[in-house]
Amino acid sequence: MSAEQTTPVLTVNGTEHALTEAELNMNLLDYIREVLNLTGTKNGCGTGACGSCTVLIDDAARRSCLTKVSSVVGKRIATIEGFERPDGSLHPIQQAFIDAGAIQCGFCTPGMVLSAYSLLLKNKHPDREEIRRGINTNLCRCTGYQQIVDAVEQASKMMYP
Amino acid sequence: MKIPSGKVFRNDAYAKVTGKAKYSDDLKFFNMAHAVPVYSDYIHAENLQVDTGAAEKSAGVLKVITAADVPGSIRFGQIDQDYCMFAEKKIMCAGDVVALVVAEQRSQALSAAEKVVISADPLPVVSDPEAALSPESPIVREIENSNLMNHHKMRRGDAPQELKNCDIVLQEEFSTQFIEHAYMEPESAVCVPRQDGVMEVYGSMQHPFSTRRFVGALLGEPLSHIEVYQPPTGGGFGGKDDTAAIVCARAALAARLLNRPVKLTYTREWSIRESYKRHPYRLNYKVGIEKSGRVKAVQVRMISDGGPYLSVSPWVNWRSTAQCFGPYTVDNVHADVLCVATNNPVTGAMRGFGAPQVNFAVEQISDIAAERLGISPLEYRRINMVKQDGETVTGQVLDTHTVSMEQVMDRVAGEIAYEEKLGRCSRGTSEGDELYGVGLSISYRGSSLGAEGMDFCSSVINCQFDGSILLETGIHENGQGAESVMLMLLAEQLGVRLDRIKYKRSSTSNVPDGGTTVATRGTIMGGGAVTAAVQKLKQLMADNLYDVLQCRPEEVRFADDHVLGPDSDSKITWDEAMQHLFLKRVYPYAFGSFQAPDVSWDEETGQGDAYFTYVYSCQAVELTVNKSTGKIKLQNVVAAHDIGRAVNRAMVLGQMYGGITQGIGMALSEDLEIENGKFAHLDLNHYKIPKARELPEMTGIIVENPDPQSPSKAKGIGEPALELIAPAIANAVYNATGIRYRDMPLKVNPEDLK
Repeated sequence: MSAEQTTPVLTVNGTEHALTEAELNMNLLDYIREVLNLTGTKNGCGTGACGSCTVLIDDAARRSCLTKVSSVVGKRIATIEGFERPDGSLHPIQQAFIDAGAIQCGFCTPGMVLSAYSLLLKNKHPDREEIRRGINTNLCRCTGYQQIVDAVEQASKMMYP
Repeated sequence: MKIPSGKVFRNDAYAKVTGKAKYSDDLKFFNMAHAVPVYSDYIHAENLQVDTGAAEKSAGVLKVITAADVPGSIRFGQIDQDYCMFAEKKIMCAGDVVALVVAEQRSQALSAAEKVVISADPLPVVSDPEAALSPESPIVREIENSNLMNHHKMRRGDAPQELKNCDIVLQEEFSTQFIEHAYMEPESAVCVPRQDGVMEVYGSMQHPFSTRRFVGALLGEPLSHIEVYQPPTGGGFGGKDDTAAIVCARAALAARLLNRPVKLTYTREWSIRESYKRHPYRLNYKVGIEKSGRVKAVQVRMISDGGPYLSVSPWVNWRSTAQCFGPYTVDNVHADVLCVATNNPVTGAMRGFGAPQVNFAVEQISDIAAERLGISPLEYRRINMVKQDGETVTGQVLDTHTVSMEQVMDRVAGEIAYEEKLGRCSRGTSEGDELYGVGLSISYRGSSLGAEGMDFCSSVINCQFDGSILLETGIHENGQGAESVMLMLLAEQLGVRLDRIKYKRSSTSNVPDGGTTVATRGTIMGGGAVTAAVQKLKQLMADNLYDVLQCRPEEVRFADDHVLGPDSDSKITWDEAMQHLFLKRVYPYAFGSFQAPDVSWDEETGQGDAYFTYVYSCQAVELTVNKSTGKIKLQNVVAAHDIGRAVNRAMVLGQMYGGITQGIGMALSEDLEIENGKFAHLDLNHYKIPKARELPEMTGIIVENPDPQSPSKAKGIGEPALELIAPAIANAVYNATGIRYRDMPLKVNPEDLK
């Protein structure tokens, strides 16, 4: 028992992963992509500017490229892959992104969805300005954000009618 | 069958929203090695020496590749074969790659890269295009005896003479800056040697066929030995051609030399350092106007910074020439458009392609001229704009499609209440802290390549006997939704359910080279090819099914997932049609191609039918300028574009909003600070693309005059959306402050407002 307690563990999408010494020294983005093969989390800049690497750490949207694995031991991490439901259906935020035409190249999309999720946890009915604030640190070069704002607005209505 | 209007269709949306879409860096292959590039600290230098000894001995290193290891051509390019894929004897700019380190692990390659020792003898850095033209300037490119890379001309009428006789002569100078594409996904390539000798290339690119040419050149192998696949591409905007293709070529070389899969994924820093940029322009205009408001003569000289390699600069400059005075009819034009070699970063294709720089000048001149004439900016534009059956500055008569310049302008001016709001602009004085302004601009844009290239594209429809259908075209998905548009056009024209059709994974070994997916040509050229293939398929099916339907072949119709005779009593389902064809041993397969209508160009006079059709655009903006900070805050944007017809309406709007946003970035915040060939920063923290909160709500108006020049009646929206918001913003800032800003990005100094 005691040995298990001292092994550092990271919970990603509900699954516990024991961490090696080398893994503790990795940044969270590399760990997620290279060790767990969860490639939905993207590396767009590596300097915390773009938000493509956004994951949820205890439900808050955070940049995994600037996060050391050792700093989040014991916490709950969720990536876009964690949104997959057993029956394959989409989360309302994901569906809203499709319906609103909020997806173009798609590289920023997983990070955007996670930032939107985190926003809607804190604020169930954000107005458009609040949505813009909620996704402000996620860069998108394709859409001009307008249909992403539409999507989050629609998702809010679907989730909290 | 048609998608209900208002409903979005994207064949890749599910994969992208779930994170299942595999971009190039998301791919892994068994026994895959990792490569990283090595740059030098020089900008311009000769006698390059690269010592790879220590790096070769570094842990995990498999090979350090330099120019000496290249079996094919070290240099390649789309026009001139001058783009150096590995620096050989000289360093020409900050982005030159001197070596590629390949190791078992990426971290090993990264630490070995630091052990490559580079030495060279520095040369003077040529960084000012104007100075580079002087006979005293050092020559950047050994292959030439001057730094002038390219010179396009227009000689129409006699502008220098006519300018002497004009009531008003405006003389205006404008400048634009280096712009980074800033696609969210940095370049990446994975190359896999196949047992049959073919090199498989998976890469982040816009143009698999263009990539194949670069790979073939570096490897010294024929095109049939290379098969390029395009995984989802995380944005391109014109920027994922030469550089992205070279990244693929280097990875392919490593894979060939080691005979194992190799991945080469760029960091953002390398991406900014090496990828080509939008050309900075300096534009000098002399515009002669009669009292009536009619522009009589235009003399213009544009000078653009080409960096050390030609890339597609002549084509970019050509568009600036053909559209050198915006959407206006002028009888006397004297234009010189120059591209100059420097040791600054390479410049090449970017969404807009030589038009945003010109429009920034021309559409400010329109407002300046209107003010001098004492007429409304709309009136000035109305007097001078191209009209139905009128002539462009290239002498082209616009009689093949609806010329909707005025219609489009009126839609925007009406929607934003331009005339009324113009009267309310602050012009430097207001009671509160904010100055208010409204501004507008118009443009036309030649669709597709025009006289700059060979313009044709093909499509293959391969109907399966179980009722499903495979489609491919020579147009590629860059995130804009090209595949979805092709699928929608096929479903609509063949009258079948959309879910019957699958877009075939693109490969250069399947459909023929359809040219690059650039120049807003995806919808018009790919759609033309699909339409041509559908016509052939329908003919084939009618010839083989008319007896079943008990009618004549020309009476066979296709609708509602059925094949029908002249009356609705005689009909069979699509599935039944496929069964009949199977029993007749007929393949329901069609290859169609679309050749763009003829265009023409005279290099000496700059006259000809430059493009086979045009997109007409107008954009307007409302903004405020804070008196104490100078901060410009956009409040509202309205845009209208005549694109023939909208196939995927929500995606058309998405292109508009995205293009406008890139234009806003160019106007207000984006600036790659280059000092003497050196980058001040190599990250997206300093290079500021627009964020969600900096943008206003936008209204997109789709104007649809079906275009007879396009088989699908649709034109494109990619580039028109970007090319004209910057001058609208500059006009609005003028109307707010009373100050004319002629250099991008616009920076209002609060001192000037006092």
